[in-house]
Amino acid sequence: MRPSLSKPSLWAINIDEKRTYEIGMPALIKSFLLSILLLTSVAVDAFTLEELTFDSPEQQTEFRELISELRCLVCQNESLAGSKAELAQDLRNEVYKMMRAGQSQDEILDFLIARYGDFVLYDPPLKPSTYILWFGPFVLIGIGAVFMVRALLRKQSAPDAELSDDDRLRLKDMLADRDGKTDQSS
Amino acid sequence: MIPELGHVALILALVVAVVQASFPLAGSLAGNGASTGTGNRPWMTMARPLAYGQFTFLIIAFACLVQAFLTSDFSVLYVGQHSNTLLPDIYKVSAVWGGHEGSLLLWVLFMAAWGAAVAAFSKNLPLAVVARVISVQGMIAIGFLLFMLFTSNPFERHFPAPAEGRDLNPLLQDFGLAIHPPMLYMGYVGFSVAFAFAIAALIGGRLDAAWARWSRPWTTVAWVFLTIGIALGSWWAYYELGWGGWWFWDPVENASLMPWLVGTALIHSLAVTEKRGAFKSWTVLLAIFAFSLSLLGTFLVRSGVLTSVHAFATDPERGLFILIFLCIVTGGSLALYAWRAPEVSEGGRFDLVSRESALLGNNLLFLAFTVLVLFGTLAPLIYEAFDWGKISVGFPWFNKMFLALAPFLAILLGIGPAARWKHDEPGRLIKTLWIAFALSALVLAISSLPMFSGGHFWVPIGVALGAWLLFSHASIVRDRLKNKRGFDGWIADLRGNGRSFYGMVTAHMGVALFIVGVTMVSNFQVEEDVRLSPGDSHELAGYRFEFLGAEKAPGPNYMADRGHFKVYDGDKQITELYPEKRSYLGGGMPMTEAAIDAGLFRDIYISLGEPVGDGDWALRLYYKPYVRWIWLGAILMALGGTLAVSDPRYRTARSRAAAAVGGATARA
Repeated sequence: MRPSLSKPSLWAINIDEKRTYEIGMPALIKSFLLSILLLTSVAVDAFTLEELTFDSPEQQTEFRELISELRCLVCQNESLAGSKAELAQDLRNEVYKMMRAGQSQDEILDFLIARYGDFVLYDPPLKPSTYILWFGPFVLIGIGAVFMVRALLRKQSAPDAELSDDDRLRLKDMLADRDGKTDQSS
Repeated sequence: MIPELGHVALILALVVAVVQASFPLAGSLAGNGASTGTGNRPWMTMARPLAYGQFTFLIIAFACLVQAFLTSDFSVLYVGQHSNTLLPDIYKVSAVWGGHEGSLLLWVLFMAAWGAAVAAFSKNLPLAVVARVISVQGMIAIGFLLFMLFTSNPFERHFPAPAEGRDLNPLLQDFGLAIHPPMLYMGYVGFSVAFAFAIAALIGGRLDAAWARWSRPWTTVAWVFLTIGIALGSWWAYYELGWGGWWFWDPVENASLMPWLVGTALIHSLAVTEKRGAFKSWTVLLAIFAFSLSLLGTFLVRSGVLTSVHAFATDPERGLFILIFLCIVTGGSLALYAWRAPEVSEGGRFDLVSRESALLGNNLLFLAFTVLVLFGTLAPLIYEAFDWGKISVGFPWFNKMFLALAPFLAILLGIGPAARWKHDEPGRLIKTLWIAFALSALVLAISSLPMFSGGHFWVPIGVALGAWLLFSHASIVRDRLKNKRGFDGWIADLRGNGRSFYGMVTAHMGVALFIVGVTMVSNFQVEEDVRLSPGDSHELAGYRFEFLGAEKAPGPNYMADRGHFKVYDGDKQITELYPEKRSYLGGGMPMTEAAIDAGLFRDIYISLGEPVGDGDWALRLYYKPYVRWIWLGAILMALGGTLAVSDPRYRTARSRAAAAVGGATARA
């Protein structure tokens, strides 16, 4: 962390300096103000992404991608990367620390899953319990496609139930009305 | 007084809806009207005036609510919850649909508007068809009006009236979001017209090319609105939420995408039904699905069963009502379908190589996308219900699944419009398209070079598919020029193609733009979180961002911190940007107001984070190449749809067709 960050905010300095030096504060109030000052500086110290230093641009990208695929557990539906919630900040911090400590992406994910379950992953892992999720749609699509094509083909091969002469005349009338020619456009 | 007037108007609208749902339909069936087309004329002629009456009462109700907002009448509970005296007037109006109750009123109002439009622009339709369509719309209106009056009345009073209202959700205080819901709703309820036409056709037992031709322009217009609505939502999320993304696969986004996907399948399958008389029962089914998914979207957004960033009014009781209504509508129409569809003959045989086959492929793929979205959206619920564990299904899953199918759709899209109806020779198709194919292969080869692809796997594929769409459609247009030689002949040929042809080409070019935009921005965007002191500079993607500091900037109902940036390309200053962070007086989380320098080939995007002491700020900088192409693509799609609808063939050729149908005996 950069040293400048631990400096208290302007507002806190003002109160502190004025009160202590100009008015001369009793010790109790002074320590009270000091604790406010400390609290403020903690707030100022709040985590922001830019303070993170990485070994390489690749590691930074990896970190960014990792936190974008993790769910902020207390938010409605936001990633760790996008959330402003405190818990998201803590978790981002945690992921960062683990990454800097040389842990691999898998190790970090294992840790998070052990702690929060699969719910934390936007990218659900492929394992027996998620086979339905990953393959289910394609099975559904396959079955649907077979039925649809078969239904259409059956109707196609049914004895020619095409337009009756009556219908044909009507249709011809309607189409001819337009501009007297068959058009190919869709 | 005026809110009570609105309340009464709402009740009267319900009364009208009940009459509208019963008499015209009964009239069309009276005296064996379904087969003779005669029926009870007086009852059927009630349809149009009833549709206008419905619309009028809902306009009155809506106007009353707008008035309550403009005068800040906080004794109306809904106004007190969503408005504030400090709110600028334009947002007071848009606040009318900023919450659950009011947005429902907007929904019903639009449905009545569509009904009135059907009544007004159906002079050439057989009376029985008009009567049935308007009756079906009446039935849907009954459901929604009951829902409003019993669970979500926007005119409910609240005593004593608070002196000041809560504020409109700051996220909604934005032009993009003021017009996004109306567009979306126009699309959603627009599909109710397609639905009503389909149900009317099923009731009458008459599914034919004429039916397809009648419902086609309505469906396309609804699709255009929905396209614009979704694009607006995406654009809004991009510039307002400050995270720089344009789609998150959030359940609410998915809820709007599903009707769009089915709607896209529907407008294509309607083309087959109109031109070739094939796919009839299938088209009807799609019309039912499109509207049912619109209802499902409403249910998902308003019931709270799914966690989403922008779910609003999450109330289980309301959710239950919509769920029951959804079951009645979908179940009822599917039952009707099961009863009637077997009688429907599928005319228009076609061979394997034909336009019909390509459109069948289109339908299959769009339905597959819909299944994916539906499955992914509901999977967390399903897993929880069966106790399989709590899972999240987010963008990585959706992206992978979509990418598995999307390339096939793009390839097919280049071939389909080139194929002829009913039967085509593979040789002729190859002759038409081989140049386009060769050029796209060349694009693929060149963009595969590391210097262009940057080593990204999808970049050459996306770019080549975009190129394929461009070249193949150019070939398709050229294919239509060869009848007459010479310049005048070409012009004549070009004019000879209907507007719907150019509409199709335009919309498909929109798809090409969209594909390229998505590919480029997903693979080449650069983002960085930085901390800058006033006077500092930071370099990103070849641009230099100079931070000049931030200052307080008060707004009408918020206090903002406004940063000031100069952006340089080399030594040349290209723009100054002022990203804001706003704290609204109504409370809530501070809002990021990103500053964007938009360009056709790249956006520069700054969002202001937190002050980190000493006048320093945490910032997020983005470079987003080609991101505009995504929305330009959507605009082109909407434009294409509009062009297609303006084709004169939808307005001529009606009277004789109508007469013919009206007098003909019914056969499925």
